[in-house]
Amino acid sequence: MKRIIPMWIAIIGGFAMMLSSFIPLAESWGEVFANVFNVVAAIAFVLGAGSLAKQHLEKLSRRDAGWGYSIITLGSFIVTLLIGMFKIGIHPNPNFPQAAYSGSNNTEGSAWSWIYEYMITPLTSTMFALLAFFVASAAFRAFRAKNTEAILLLVTAFIVLLGRTFAGVVLTGWFPEWASGLRLENLSIYVMQVFNTAGNRAIMIGIALGVAATGLRILFGIDRSWLGGGDA
Amino acid sequence: MTRQAKTWLVIGAVFVALIVARGMIGQGLGRVYVKRTEVTAKLPDAAAVNSAAAAPSASASASTSAATTAASTQATAGPSGASSQATTQSSAASISWQEWKQVPPLEFAAAQKVNAAQTEITLSWPRTIGLWLAAFFTLAIFSFLYADNPCYKIAESLVVGVSAAYWGVIGFWDTLVPKMFGALTPGLVKSLVQPSLVAPEMLQQISMVLALVLGVMMLWRLLPRGGWISAWPLAFIVGVTAGLKIVSHVESDLMAQAAATMKPLVVSVTDASGATNMWDSWWASVANVLLVVGVICCLAYFFFSVQHKGVVGGAARVGIWYLMITFGAAFGFTVMGRIALLAARLEFLFDDWLWLIDPNHFRSL
Repeated sequence: MKRIIPMWIAIIGGFAMMLSSFIPLAESWGEVFANVFNVVAAIAFVLGAGSLAKQHLEKLSRRDAGWGYSIITLGSFIVTLLIGMFKIGIHPNPNFPQAAYSGSNNTEGSAWSWIYEYMITPLTSTMFALLAFFVASAAFRAFRAKNTEAILLLVTAFIVLLGRTFAGVVLTGWFPEWASGLRLENLSIYVMQVFNTAGNRAIMIGIALGVAATGLRILFGIDRSWLGGGDA
Repeated sequence: MTRQAKTWLVIGAVFVALIVARGMIGQGLGRVYVKRTEVTAKLPDAAAVNSAAAAPSASASASTSAATTAASTQATAGPSGASSQATTQSSAASISWQEWKQVPPLEFAAAQKVNAAQTEITLSWPRTIGLWLAAFFTLAIFSFLYADNPCYKIAESLVVGVSAAYWGVIGFWDTLVPKMFGALTPGLVKSLVQPSLVAPEMLQQISMVLALVLGVMMLWRLLPRGGWISAWPLAFIVGVTAGLKIVSHVESDLMAQAAATMKPLVVSVTDASGATNMWDSWWASVANVLLVVGVICCLAYFFFSVQHKGVVGGAARVGIWYLMITFGAAFGFTVMGRIALLAARLEFLFDDWLWLIDPNHFRSL
């Protein structure tokens, strides 16, 4: 029962979604299942929040190394959650003033937008910006023009990087008109439109075949590894 | 005190000294100004609300009108807090509140010039504090480039906590409220959140009960026993995702990409006069040939059921070259994206916070 019922739930849900694309009468099933899916996925956030709280509370109770940071994580989590859930500082939508919670969380000047603008944006974008340094240093150490493949990768990266910046225009802008195709900005476009498109297209076709094969294995009950305990 | 702590102390002291010095020069730094605007919304007539709500059913109308009255009362004191001012006058009741929009410092200076006692445009302390906090977070994360330190760890912990709550709130207001609560408790959602909500159908309500049951089963995982119950909603997610992805990937990736590769290998490009442009035609033909050959060669490389020898081996080798070019382009794009983000953060520090540059002419003409 612990394995058979979940397997049948997956099969029924999956086939309902698939058939809704092929049978006009079953079109509404797809919508219903998609809505249920979205709601279950949204409730999964509660599970994620619960797991986060559980993990950090355990860390706190054990006084593990860095438990003070767990207080910051939990505190910021709870404060953000309360502000967002109760729409603190948000006025109703002027079109529906009778509905107290009709206003959008993104209204300028609200506590929620303050958190977004002054916490989420700087924190996340700086975190990603930091990767610029690590990518550059890793590339410097790892990239060596040892063979044809490595040379192709390096040269393409340089063409794309320079071709999309002002440096590329300055470097090759003096090329005569008849050789304008060799200017870095034009080469970059050519590489993207032809070689990059071909490579990406093959990758996408490969992914689609892989997804279809894996999906069918799950829907026919051949692949049960997702239930845990191997393929059996 | 360790050597690293001393280094951090020196860096911090120099930094604070520089900021203090910057604050004393010229216009100073890091302030946010806001302009006050008055928003007035007319509350709907109670009779009109009742007559509109009477349509679906008698019981629904009773609950909606009761909830609407409650909501009106709550709106006056409700989530908006102290800054909202409600006025209820006779039947044509209205509610008004003040909103504060951010304006450039230049606008504040102009308003002060006209009337030094004006209060329409003022310094916003919450947003100014937010700006300084954002600058601190930005520098705290950049400090990791030197070494791991408590400031970075604080910022890192905040990212985890705030992001988790952010996506939870988005899921709640964008999915759970309109879809699940809108179907199961339409009266409540209509009166408090979405007055334009359409009455749910029976099938929608049944499906949302199913969603709620599956959701509760999923939360079972948090309990010490009976974790296997959460496998049911997981099964639903796995099955629906598989069904959805099979169709969408085959349709948009496999079929569409294969169809887009079926290109003419000889192309004729004509100019405005209708004459064939030989040079452009030649280039377009070469591009199409290279594209088709590239896709076939890359697929040959991915095809592992045949040994990569002979023609297939040659094609696979060409496929690897194409893939290397693709990865090089992807690498270039990734680096460019990160550098663009870095530039945006540096612009924030030097423009919004330190007021050292002014690319948008917000402080000087």
